[in-house]
Amino acid sequence: MTRVEGQQSSSLQEPQNAVPVGNTQPVVNPERWVQDYGDALFGFAVMRVRDRAIAEDLVQETFLAAIKASQAFSGRSTERAWLFGILRNKLVDHYRLQSRVMPLADLETFLPEESGAFAQTGVSKDGWAPGVGPEAWETPEAVLVNKEFRQTLNSCLAGLPHKAAQVFVLREIDGVSSDEICKDLGVSPNNLWVMLHRARMGLRRCLEVHWFARTKNEK
Amino acid sequence: MLNCRQVARLVSQSMDARLAWHQRLAMRFHLLYCVWCRRYAAQIHFLRKATKNLSGDQPDASAPKLSPEAKDHLSKRLQEALSKPPSSQS
Repeated sequence: MTRVEGQQSSSLQEPQNAVPVGNTQPVVNPERWVQDYGDALFGFAVMRVRDRAIAEDLVQETFLAAIKASQAFSGRSTERAWLFGILRNKLVDHYRLQSRVMPLADLETFLPEESGAFAQTGVSKDGWAPGVGPEAWETPEAVLVNKEFRQTLNSCLAGLPHKAAQVFVLREIDGVSSDEICKDLGVSPNNLWVMLHRARMGLRRCLEVHWFARTKNEK
Repeated sequence: MLNCRQVARLVSQSMDARLAWHQRLAMRFHLLYCVWCRRYAAQIHFLRKATKNLSGDQPDASAPKLSPEAKDHLSKRLQEALSKPPSSQS
């Protein structure tokens, strides 16, 4: 069930026969979970569901599932990674449910950002519109470790339309394959590409205005 | 001949799926002479790199936090669940 590629696979499926050395059960400490991991799990969930109430529910479900499964915790991963693994599964369940309850509206794949980015008429019709075409960005590599830049990127991400942001986070941050996203969210590949395109257009423009144009003027 | 609107879509699509050979060719040809689309392509590839750093599972001062009420509520639910006799594990 490694629906989310990458670091932590589902630890709910950790092998039951992984008996720790010396027969001592690895320690799980539920009393400390809220304090130790509450904010981190919550922040992770909010970024992906973009709704505080839903994120709180998911964190609660994660803790409750973890208590039930605590005997399966083998201590092979850290308690933290184990909890994140459970949360990831809860998120996938949430996406699946959501795609059944609220099928993607056509409206969501319409591209309002695009209409302003390209010339509507004239000789340069469908070319980049004057003033909104991509400007040259100065040494973008250097900003990757810049905290302020990360914050700008985060707030740009938060400003994207809901679905576009959700698929973007899945694809680019969680590294989920296009096929898997289509399956989990119940969207066609074409819808997915349009939404990702929309997210990239919006993010690029947002970064240009709120970061690169600004840093250029400061010089 | 592709226009910039079409190329912008294809550049993005090429990051998520393999384009047909004729699409790839047409896109590359456009990129040869269009500095705007070349920048666009470079910048959304940069975006990919930049967002990889944002996984959200590392502590970040600007990340949203649980409210104190939500923490209380969570702690209570945890306590309730812990005080119940453990259900038989399947």
